[in-house]
Amino acid sequence: MSILIDGSTRVIVQGITGREGSFHTEQMKELGTKVVGGTSPGKGGTTHAGIPVFNTMADAVKATGANASGIFVPAPFAADAIMEAAAAGITLIVCITEGIPIQEMIRVKDFLRGYPQARLLGANCPGLITPGEAKIGIIPQRITRPGSIGLVSRSGTLTYEVASALSAAGMGQSTIVGIGGDPVLGLTFRDVIEMFEKDPATTQVVLIGEIGGSDEEHAAELLARGTRLKAVAFISGRTAPEGKRMGHAGAIISGNRGTAKSKEEAFRKAGVPVAETTDDIVGLLR
Amino acid sequence: MKLLEYQAKEVLASLGVAIPPGEVARTADEAAAACARLGPVAVKAQVPVGGRGKAGGIKLARTPDDARAAADQIIGMDIKGFKVPLVYCEAALEIEREIYLGFTVDRDARANILMLSAKGGMDIEQVAEESPDSIARLYPNPWRGPLDFELTRLVFEAGLGELGRPLTALIKKLYRAIPDYDALTAEINPVVVTKKGEVIAGDAKLEIDDNAAWRHKDLEQRYGALIEGDPYEVEAKKRSLTYVSLDGDIGIIGNGAGLCMSTLDLVQRAGGKPANFCDIGGGAKAEVVENALAVILMNPKVRGVVINVFGGITRGDEVAKGIITARDNLSMKLPLVVRLSGTNEEEGREILKRDGIEPGVNAWAAAQKIVELTRVGIR
Repeated sequence: MSILIDGSTRVIVQGITGREGSFHTEQMKELGTKVVGGTSPGKGGTTHAGIPVFNTMADAVKATGANASGIFVPAPFAADAIMEAAAAGITLIVCITEGIPIQEMIRVKDFLRGYPQARLLGANCPGLITPGEAKIGIIPQRITRPGSIGLVSRSGTLTYEVASALSAAGMGQSTIVGIGGDPVLGLTFRDVIEMFEKDPATTQVVLIGEIGGSDEEHAAELLARGTRLKAVAFISGRTAPEGKRMGHAGAIISGNRGTAKSKEEAFRKAGVPVAETTDDIVGLLR
Repeated sequence: MKLLEYQAKEVLASLGVAIPPGEVARTADEAAAACARLGPVAVKAQVPVGGRGKAGGIKLARTPDDARAAADQIIGMDIKGFKVPLVYCEAALEIEREIYLGFTVDRDARANILMLSAKGGMDIEQVAEESPDSIARLYPNPWRGPLDFELTRLVFEAGLGELGRPLTALIKKLYRAIPDYDALTAEINPVVVTKKGEVIAGDAKLEIDDNAAWRHKDLEQRYGALIEGDPYEVEAKKRSLTYVSLDGDIGIIGNGAGLCMSTLDLVQRAGGKPANFCDIGGGAKAEVVENALAVILMNPKVRGVVINVFGGITRGDEVAKGIITARDNLSMKLPLVVRLSGTNEEEGREILKRDGIEPGVNAWAAAQKIVELTRVGIR
């Protein structure tokens, strides 16, 4: 078992003919993901790496019965791609693209209210993977292994770091979910933890947060109410200077909430141990 | 991009917002001349941070001599780490009352929030803490913007009903900064109601989304170079890099904000002090790595560099090639520790080894190594 994605998920890659879309489609297929189609306006009717290409998401869904999509299109077109996927009936939309203007994402969030079946992961995220089964996005499968730890993270590269350490220690993962670092995004820590809570295959959960916003605090509040999951948290940016943009548009400290201290305290209060470094996570899970 | 007050006012004026007459002055003499033309003025430091009034960055000048003296004091002053490059001399207003008006992104709500309060001129965060009920709030629909009746309700909620018409008109103009300029914050604090009954922007803050900079090249051209921040940060921006200056002696390059921040944490935990860090982002190519290293090394305080890359989109072989080329092109002699993992990591490590850089596998070990190597030089 797993959350959000498994071997039966039927995936369309939006922007399949681009450099990144093309490279990662191969990787997704290699793992066994059912990539059933791709889109690239004007290239409908052709195939790319053996996968049928469609002009629009509506065409792609109609022809393939896809229920998920991965978005690799450039930032100026990505917000529209998310909405196109939702309108076509896709239920899991994974947007890898980085640099989408925040005002466009605010409009996307409003648009998605009209499509309650559509769940958005990202943007500016590494996607998700159920080890040994399927993935949408760019998380390297080599560093994952099947197991019972749910991993949810705001940072792409830190996710790899932690997954790699867990796998090396023989601790497999049920599903790894990178929610992304943008201030306005789709699924939150809280949403993902609720799903892990309902997934019988997940017994432990690792949260990788960072400074900025208050999604970590909200997740801590949820865990404080009681959970069957054994949880461990890590927050990056504890020594980061205040008020400096740290790369993720989201990682800006504002007010009391949003600091590493506030997040770590929220987790401790919820009975969730906080790892000092990513290397300590494995020990805390044992 | 955070605009300076006069820049924000120029932009808001183009949207129809009333602003007082004013002139930019780069020297004390220019300030005196501006005062001679405008009459009594407020001489205001132009820095992209709040709290300049409390820091002594705003002075009233009745005469050109006053203005000269004020500008002389303010230009070059340091306000929260920003050296004041110029002042804005603005015709003094006869203030009847002050109102707070602002839009910003509410991260928790994933929406824009519009706030209006009769308690203007003060720090709105303080007002929010002390009397949250005195701030009326509205989440406008992001596709169509605020509607008239919503604004009327907001204005009455804020206890400003008697100013309904001019305020509603002003809010609609200010809102244009969101669809027209991708503003993340558009704030007028205070909105001044003058003794003559005019409604005019006393101050203005405008922050434009860097993710939308490609749509607003005109703003970048007009204003981009004027904000005199850290020279290395300016250079990094020219090269489209995310770079942050700190005050230690170890340079950090990482891919992804989270990894950069955790490397920063690890270096400090190992007893080192980061000089700066540069995020080469998701799809970092060889030339990006070279650019990053060049910017990191511009700071003469840097005694060593640690590169921490865990690749998803970023391919290890490309990163390795970039590191070798950058090191050679820049004739870098300082200690360099590279931690490389992820997509194409074997190829990347091979390339590094071939060219005399021992790749590390563990970030904590790499952090300890660079701290050790940079300390050797000191003792």
